[in-house]
Parts: sequence; structure tokens; C-alpha cells
Amino acid sequence: MTDPAIELKGISKAFGPVQANKDISIRVMPGTIHGIIGENGAGKSTLMSILYGFYAADAGEIWVKGQRTQIPDSQAAIRAGIGMVFQHFKLVQNFTVLENVILGAEDGGLLKPSLAKARGALKSLAEEYELSVDPDTQVQHLSVGHQQRVEILKALYREADILILDEPTGVLTPAEADHLFRILDNLRAEGKTIILITHKLREIMEITDTVSVMRRGEMTATVKTAETSPEELAELMVGRKVLLRVDKAPAQPKAPVLQIEDLRHVDGQGVERLRGISLEVRAGEILGLAGVAGNGQSELLNVLGGYADATGTVRVNGKDIPLSGAGCDGMARRGAGIAHVPEDRQREGLIMPYTAWENTVFGYHRDPAIQSGVLMNNAAIREEAGAKMQRFDVRPPNPDLAARNFSGGNQQKIVLAREIERNPDVLLIGQPTRGVDIGAIEFIHQQIVRLRDEGKAILLVSVELDEIFALSDRIAVMFDGRVMGTRDAADTDQRELGLLMAGITEDPGGDAFEAVDAALERKDRREAVHG
Amino acid sequence: MDKLPPWADAVLVPLISLLLAAALSALVILGIGENPVDAFTLMVEGALLRSAGWGYTLYYATNFIFTGLAVSVAFHARLFNIGGEGQAMIGGLGVALVCLYLPWPHWTLALVAASIAAAIFGAAWAFIPAYLQAKRGSHIVITTIMFNFIAAALLNYLLVNLMKPAGQQDPATAIFPAATHLPTFQDMFAAEANPLFRGAPGNVTFFLAIAACVFVWLLIWRTRLGYEIRALGHSESAARYAGISPVKTIVVAMLISGGLAGLMGVNTAMGEAERLVMNSTEGAGFIGIAVALMGRNHPVGVFLAAILFGFLYQGGAELALWTNIPRELIVVIQALVILFTGALDNMVRIPLARLFARGRRAR
Repeated sequence: MTDPAIELKGISKAFGPVQANKDISIRVMPGTIHGIIGENGAGKSTLMSILYGFYAADAGEIWVKGQRTQIPDSQAAIRAGIGMVFQHFKLVQNFTVLENVILGAEDGGLLKPSLAKARGALKSLAEEYELSVDPDTQVQHLSVGHQQRVEILKALYREADILILDEPTGVLTPAEADHLFRILDNLRAEGKTIILITHKLREIMEITDTVSVMRRGEMTATVKTAETSPEELAELMVGRKVLLRVDKAPAQPKAPVLQIEDLRHVDGQGVERLRGISLEVRAGEILGLAGVAGNGQSELLNVLGGYADATGTVRVNGKDIPLSGAGCDGMARRGAGIAHVPEDRQREGLIMPYTAWENTVFGYHRDPAIQSGVLMNNAAIREEAGAKMQRFDVRPPNPDLAARNFSGGNQQKIVLAREIERNPDVLLIGQPTRGVDIGAIEFIHQQIVRLRDEGKAILLVSVELDEIFALSDRIAVMFDGRVMGTRDAADTDQRELGLLMAGITEDPGGDAFEAVDAALERKDRREAVHG
Repeated sequence: MDKLPPWADAVLVPLISLLLAAALSALVILGIGENPVDAFTLMVEGALLRSAGWGYTLYYATNFIFTGLAVSVAFHARLFNIGGEGQAMIGGLGVALVCLYLPWPHWTLALVAASIAAAIFGAAWAFIPAYLQAKRGSHIVITTIMFNFIAAALLNYLLVNLMKPAGQQDPATAIFPAATHLPTFQDMFAAEANPLFRGAPGNVTFFLAIAACVFVWLLIWRTRLGYEIRALGHSESAARYAGISPVKTIVVAMLISGGLAGLMGVNTAMGEAERLVMNSTEGAGFIGIAVALMGRNHPVGVFLAAILFGFLYQGGAELALWTNIPRELIVVIQALVILFTGALDNMVRIPLARLFARGRRAR
């Protein structure tokens, strides 16, 4: 019998009172793709950081290819043949691909021989695994998908035969993700071992051979992918049965509430991020805005939320909203009936050191109803916050706890409670379930649908296509600052939206990888000219 | 990171810092051949055991309360106002103008008017750095430091060329009219049979400082403005999301901060010197930074820290008077206290937090 490529025995790691990993054992066989799935904070990243030498485990052993191995730092991990592709790439933006690949793996003091050697190596790797990237382009001019390839090439150039990928598809279009999976397939066929960390059940089912589930620092199960189902995995992740589909009746849309015409926004660097957006959201419907991160969705939310200037027209219930200057700020927008659950709750939606009760009025704190004279009526706010937290199932329902002490899902519930309970006409909601555990996702989705059924107009922005499909009645796709098209959720599919997300409106037929690649490169060039 | 229980954070950390500073100071005093125990006894006797000592201690503390509150308010908006010194000087100028050029029937009215003038002048001096920070991103630390020098130069010019009475050598204004003289503690509390606070400069402004503490507490924790100032200090991106204008909030926070620093001029010019002299601030603007740091930017903490520094100032003066310990060494001791309670705060905090975490785990 062959030795496992990686075997972890009884790994434990605590950060202060938090037990991030508890007695974890796992065997990863060579030439397989092994998925590790779990909710945020389940300990996946900690485990991989131990394997890559970033943290020392408190207890336990690491065996690589049948040898007990000490991995005190990342150099040791590389020597053991382990390569890591991080969620946030570690590339030098103004270095070329080639320079990035040899960085830290130069032979001797002169660069030239190393560069020549790397150039040859890249060429053969590109052919072998469909990993082609122009070696002389600066990394900052590459699309995200290509930057990821550079990370993989870096690992392969260091002769890694065990590759760890941490949430690799978070920033990719569906077509790019498909391409990545083909690359992983090729690597597996060549006998490489791959550990894929993700929270997306679909990816696990699609590509892995074996899957391990983590929950609250423990490894709850390891199963053959072929012998399990998404429902079973979800249950193992959360510890109870979960509804993967959102229960909702067909929408009953009424008059348009939010009307956007020819909206344009130029950012601080002078790049036009919104290039003539026109959209309409009707009462009683959810308009999903799909797109790969960085195509103008965030800017659109900022403009609508009142903290980025723009030109064009935005009307709420037929009334024009100022898009710059006086009267264009978050509080004025709330007055006009627009509530906003921002994409980044920790940077925008909440003041992390503020208590939960203080956060429940954030942005509404000038409301005369919560003042007593010149002072804020803190006692009343606090009492109301407690009730709100009960209604939104925030755990623990303690209004005196600072926002930073709640989990991601409960932080999001605090934001939602604040924005929804003000009874807005329009709800802007960005990445409602990013970093939120599955159990809370279910609840948050139900609340959004409930609000729709009460006749509110909801604009949903999400980079998770599954979420867009689950919630939206209509779907608009953004690419490069424009809306590429709007479809009824009932008569579109992943493929059509995936192509629109790359800016392709005509289906080229067959494998669309090349068309997607070409489209993304055109976009990068445009940005390079401006940048 | 491990967290400390609140009581340890508020009491234990400053106390240990203080003991460390005291221990090091003792070594320094030993090093020049004096007895640290005697020195400490002398400081306590001179500053705390006689009512006149208290009169001085509280006089200094009044200054430090104002400047400490000024630093605290700005700090809640994540602004480091190093300009308390200059703002207090200009505040003193406002006091002098009100007292010298307007006729006052009674000190109470004069006090109200002088306080308003001091606050407005101090706020005005903070306005330009605030505006430059808010609109142009000029770093407030640099601009407020520079404005200290400009304030000193301006005051020098005004005193020497315009406000000095003819024939006087000293760069100072004339004595304020008697109706503007503030009651000292001696005036208020001493009786024939019980002479208290004799000759000490502590005066009614101390109560104004206590009122300022209450004002700052209400402002920061109970008003919308305080809510916005703290929100901006914690996260500018979140403040923008909420619709809080960073420009407006920065300027308003700095105006309040400058106004508080300016109020110190009431204590020095009107309460003590009864005229405006050069360098009446004596570095209190900078001590305010240490006071705010040690007081955790909370009015109660600032009040207590200000009393401590008042004690150090007065005790230091006693040492200089009665021992061979040179004046410079007293500055060293004060500096050690600032160093340990302010700059080296984490040196005590982090090991202490670990200790507490270990204690928790053991349980």
C-alpha cells in the first residue's frame, strides 16, 4: 500500500481560549483531490496554516510521504514539496510573471540564469497543464484568473507535488472556475496531490475524490465524494438539517420604485467605474445583480447609498435623488426610503468597538424619535435593541456586547435588523451572506424574501451565483461598469450568466474558455491604460 | 489578543506603570547621592499634607484637566491634538482682552465672558489645522506642533509691541482690574481661625474644570455629536456609509478640543497671574497628552491623572526648594512617569493580559 501524501495525526491548536483545531487527523492519498469543507471559523485555514508552517501546532504530528516531518516555517513546507495558493494572492504587482515566479527561488546572485531557467520551465508547465500566461507581462495587468495561475506556477516551479488551494474560486467567473478545475484535473492526472479548501458544496461535488468536513475546530467526517450528497455535507457542516433552497412564491411585482438612468461614476484614479447604468427595481421583487467582484457593483451600491458621487438620474418613487453635493449622504438616503446593508459589514455596516445597541441606530442616530432633549435616549435605544435582537435571532441576544464579539452571521443579523425594521421602500443589500455560516444564511434569505413579499423593492448584489439564483426574480449582469443584460431568473442558466459576466452577449458555442479569456484581457488592457 | 478585565485596565495598568516609574526615579535619586525615601516624603508633605500644597496641586491639576480633556476629545475622533500648548496661549490672549478692555462690575460676569473668549480663541487657533486636516489631509500632528510655535511668536509680538504697559521691562500685560480677580481657595475656604490654602494659586477655575469634565462626558457618551465623533474615530469608512461627514466632524471635534485647551487660559491668566505673561502655559499642553493617555480619554480618568501630575509638579517644586536635587532631575522624574504611563503602556499591559489569560485557563 502506498503512503499517504499527507497525514496529520491529532493536530490541536488553540488561540487563547479559542480551540481552533481539536485533535484533527486526516489522510490525503497521492494523486487525489481532497476537499476540506466547513463554515467560516471552522478551522480550515488554521489547519492549512499549520501544514504550511505559519503556525506551530500545540500537539500532533505531520507526516509527509510516509516521513514524520517538522514544518517550522514555509521554507520547510516548500522543501517537503508543499505549495500553497492563498485566497489573497501574494504577488508583487509591478514585477513580471517571470520575476514573480523566481522570487525567493533564485539560483545565485545573478538573475539572468534564473530567469532563463524559469522561462523554459514555465513553457513546459504551460503545455503540460494548460497553464499559459505571458511570462513578460507585469502581474498588475493580469486578470484575477491569470494571477491565480501565476500562483500555481510559482508552486509548481518550486517542485511542489502537494498543492493547497484556499477558496480558489471566490474571485473567478464561472468559466474561469471551470478552467481552474480542468487545470486541477490535469495536475491530478500527473500524480499531484491537491487539497482544496472551500465552502461551496457544488465545487466539492464536482471535482474532489474525498472530502473532509470541519465544524467548530473538529473534523466531523471524511467521506468519498461519490458516496455523499450536498444535503448530507451541509448537515455535517452545520450539525443539523438545512434547507439549501429558498422557499419562495412567485414575485408579484408592482410599480417601479427605484429607477436608475445612465448612471456614471469616476473613481479617485480617474477610471470610469460606472459607465451608463440603467436599471429598474419594482415593488415586490428582488433584482439580483450578478458579476465578478470588481466590475462596478460595489461602486453602484456606494453611489446609491449616498457616499460616492455620480452623474445621471436616480429616482425613488418618482422623486429625483441628488447624486452629489449637499443632500447626498447616507442619512439623506435613509430619509428618502433607501436602506442599505453594505457589502462589508466590518468596514462599513458596523462600528466594531461599539456595542450592539449602539450599532442598532448607526446611521439613524439623528432620528428625533430616539432623542431626549439634546441627548440621545440611550436607555430606550438599548431596550429596543434587545427586542430587535430577539426578533432577528441574534446570538447571544446581549445588547451590551461589542459588535466585534459576535460571529459574522450574527453581525450581519444586527445590520439587517437595523435596516429592515425601519420599513424602507428600497433595500440595497450587498453580499448578504459573505462569511456567514449556513444556518444563518437560511434565516437571512428568509428575511429578504419576507421583505419582498411585503412589497419592498430589493436590489441584491452578490458574487455568489448560487445566491443570485436562489433569491432573484430578475437578474442583471454587470461587467466592466455596464449592465450586460437583464434576464428573468426563470429563463436563464449558469452558462448564459457566466458568459455575460465576462462581457459576452453572444454564446460562441462549445467550450467558451477562449472567448472568456479574450474578453477579460480586453478589460485588463483598458484598465491598464487608465491606471 | 488576550483582553484584560475592565477594572485591571483602568486601575492596575496605570498603578503598575506608576510604581515602575517611581522605582526607576528612586534609582536616579540614589544615583546622585540623595535619599529617595526622604525625597518622596518631602514631595507628599509639600503637595498633599498641607492645604497650601493642595492649593498648588489643584492649581496645576486645573491646567492639566483642561489640556487633558482637549487631547481626549480630539483623540475620540482619532486626531492627535499636540497643539494644546498654543491653543492655551491664545486662549489666555482672549482672557486678557476681555479683562483689560471691557469694564466688569463683578468677577462672576467677567469669568463667564473670559471663559467664552478663552474657548473661542483656543478653538479658532485649532480651526486652521483642523480645516487643513479635514480638507487637505495635512497631518494634524505636524500642523498643531507648528501652530504652537506660531502662537508663542504671536504672543511674544503682541506682548512686547502692543500690550505691554509703557516703561515695563517684562513682556506681559498690565495687571487686570481688581473686579476681574477670581476668588482663590484661600478667599473661599479660609477663616480667621482656620487659615487654609495660604498664598496658593488654586482658584475657582478648578470648579470650571470639573464642569468641563461633566460636559465632555455628556458630549462624548450621550450626544449625537459624540456618537459621531467616536464613530469617525473608529472607522472612517463606516462613518461615510452612515452619512457622517468626516470633514465636518473633524473640524467640530477640533474646535471643541481647542476650546477646552483655551479655557486653561482662564486659570493661568485670570486666576493666578492676574495678567497675561509669556510662557504662562509652562508645558501644560504637552502634559495634557500624558494625562489623556493615562486617563484612557475618559473624563474621570483625566481628572485623576491631572491630580497626579499636579502632585508631581508641586512635589517637584518642593524638592527643588528644599533639597540638593536639581530642578532638571525633577523634570526627569516627571518624564519617567509620562514614559511609563503613556508611551510604555503596552509594556505593562501585554504581560498582564497574558497573566490574566493564564489565570482564566487554570480555572
